[in-house]
Amino acid sequence: MALELKDLLLEKGDFSLTADLSLEAGSLTSVLGPSGAGKSTLFDGLAGFLEPNRGSIGFDGLDLAGLEPGQRPIAVLFQDNNLFPHLTAGQNIGLALSHKRRLSKADAASVDAVLERVDLGGLAGRSLSELSGGQLSRVSLARMLLLDRPIWLLDEPFSALGPSLKRDMLALVKEMAGEVEATVLMITHDPSDALALSDSAILVADNKVDGPFNTTALLADPPEALRRYL
Amino acid sequence: MAPRAVAITSAGLVTALVAIPLVAVFDRAGGIATLNAADWAALRFTVWQALLSALLSCVFAIPVARALHRQRFWGRETLITILGAPFILPVIVAILGLLAVFGREGMLSQALMFIGLPRIHIYGLHGILLAHVFFNLPLAIRLILQGWQDVPAERFRLVAQLGLGPAAMFRVVEWPVLKKTVPGAFLVVFVVCLSSFAVALTLGGGPKATTVELAIYQAFRFDFDIGKAATLAVLQLGFVGIAAAVLMRLVGAPKTDVGLGREQVFLRRMTPMRKLLDLLVIVVVASFLLLPILSIVAAGVFELPSLPSSVFQSAKHSLIVALASTALCLLFALPLATFKLGQTISLFGFALSPLVLGTGLFLLIQPYANPFELALVVTCVTNALMALPFAVRAIGPAFAQINADYGRTADMLNLTGWARWRWLYLPRLRRPIGFSAGLVAALSMGDLGVIVLFADPDRATLPLQMYRLMSAYQMEAASGAALLLLMLSLGLFWIFDQGGRRGFRT
Repeated sequence: MALELKDLLLEKGDFSLTADLSLEAGSLTSVLGPSGAGKSTLFDGLAGFLEPNRGSIGFDGLDLAGLEPGQRPIAVLFQDNNLFPHLTAGQNIGLALSHKRRLSKADAASVDAVLERVDLGGLAGRSLSELSGGQLSRVSLARMLLLDRPIWLLDEPFSALGPSLKRDMLALVKEMAGEVEATVLMITHDPSDALALSDSAILVADNKVDGPFNTTALLADPPEALRRYL
Repeated sequence: MAPRAVAITSAGLVTALVAIPLVAVFDRAGGIATLNAADWAALRFTVWQALLSALLSCVFAIPVARALHRQRFWGRETLITILGAPFILPVIVAILGLLAVFGREGMLSQALMFIGLPRIHIYGLHGILLAHVFFNLPLAIRLILQGWQDVPAERFRLVAQLGLGPAAMFRVVEWPVLKKTVPGAFLVVFVVCLSSFAVALTLGGGPKATTVELAIYQAFRFDFDIGKAATLAVLQLGFVGIAAAVLMRLVGAPKTDVGLGREQVFLRRMTPMRKLLDLLVIVVVASFLLLPILSIVAAGVFELPSLPSSVFQSAKHSLIVALASTALCLLFALPLATFKLGQTISLFGFALSPLVLGTGLFLLIQPYANPFELALVVTCVTNALMALPFAVRAIGPAFAQINADYGRTADMLNLTGWARWRWLYLPRLRRPIGFSAGLVAALSMGDLGVIVLFADPDRATLPLQMYRLMSAYQMEAASGAALLLLMLSLGLFWIFDQGGRRGFRT
């Protein structure tokens, strides 16, 4: 089983991006590339916010292209606005399970358990304004875990955090993804983040997606486009 | 029903509620040839008074906006907030207040008599202008002040650095501001005054001071000539429609939410003389706006305990109408605010006057039921439609912002349909919904428009009852009713607006 992009063409205004690659299920991959090269466009295409002009996104025998974002087996952590500020931490997480007015007993228990899992036990009733930046990231991750989707896209979700918090969050992502064998793609600008996440990376540059490469090798001898950027 | 179906249904309903009465009006209207000299005089007067009202409002607004912009004084923010209040002030209350200050028995006349000068005669063109300036000067001030506040601080620094004199200052800073804001303000006031009914009803009248709206009413109530009323309604619809279309094209729909703006450095040194003049301008304008209201409060407060029961009965009617039309307006506004065509449809209320709509509804109801028995229902529907553009203007941009900020997260969570409304839109729209509800409720509470067409003694609203008391020269009771109406209108606005602010978590 793998995530396979075949002959994929994404277009946004004048900008276009092609991708042809295969990522093993359960793998962790960093997405590297200069600013404006199309890393977020790639995510938009995968997550369903941008219809591909050509090609397919295959996963588990399914072509994802054409499915609504909410129907895809993909969970996304955006750069910001991942959580609804008018809801409590628990309500935000609960939306992963049910959109009913009240959660069932079993669902509420799952929310409490996943909060426990990210070291925020007992904080379900907190409003977001009472939580720190690191805690908010944990709430987002907890919801991602509970969404129970096999592919995780992380678009620089921890860039607002300090270095040590960021390291903790990356470790948590790796740990949790390992538990559920999620296939993870993470956009990052920071080579050390890429190295910390995994030894696999893809490169978005010159209107195409390349890879996967070995992260260490890629960073040791970057292609021209990436070198200029780094 | 899915939200999309509700949106389409609302759009269809609002269009039908506007279009069907208009068809009825057109169907009943005679040709242009059936208009007589008096009707043409009404048309000329309508345009003339609207032009003068717009001109006076802008001329006075310019120095006030400039003074408010460049002076800092205690109560400045409050004063700017108060400038938004005439919008929700019941017209009839303001008129009673203006009479108390400028009327035959008013403070100013008394003062003039004291020094041996004749009293002021308020009825006619100058009374209408006075009231229109009272209502629209604050609007013009806020629009022009907004223009001032949009000037980048760097430009003021530049002027200070270059040591430019007043003439150069005018050319570089003031003239561009005025050029950008005054035409828009002028047009807004002009269009608003074209549809003036309550002011013309109370302060105008007679062959020399009748607006088309007033002529519709007179054809209706005094001549029982519905065909003539319909013809006049077509005329009114035509020229207000054209003026409103020009307004939209040039400046967009008028804003109701002009904020305080951010703090700006104003580096030019003020001579004491200039400062004194500015403060004088501000004091004069503040008195002009506040004295009539204060005099209502002063005169009404002792009358409240002895108000006739008819006043309370009509207040009850008004409250019910106001709350019902608020609910109806929001039911329309929320779905219409979510899409472009819906936002456009909501603007019908600008081009349409209540009396035109009222005439149409009368024609539609007449064959099947007694229109007078439905007076309150018709008033409720009309008020909802009239306030719709303001509600949609407040909710639409907020809705778009919510989708820009959280739309993707909601999509990713598969949060669609009503669940999306419940979990995302409604909680985040609390503030604009509260504000709109307050606006609609206050406008409807104070409305003295279509109810006058349909009224019978059993079904008066509070503004109508107050007008009847004034017409019967029961000024004490009218003052009491005015204070009650003022409190109810402002109170409704305050409750809804606060309700939207409270419990809103950012």
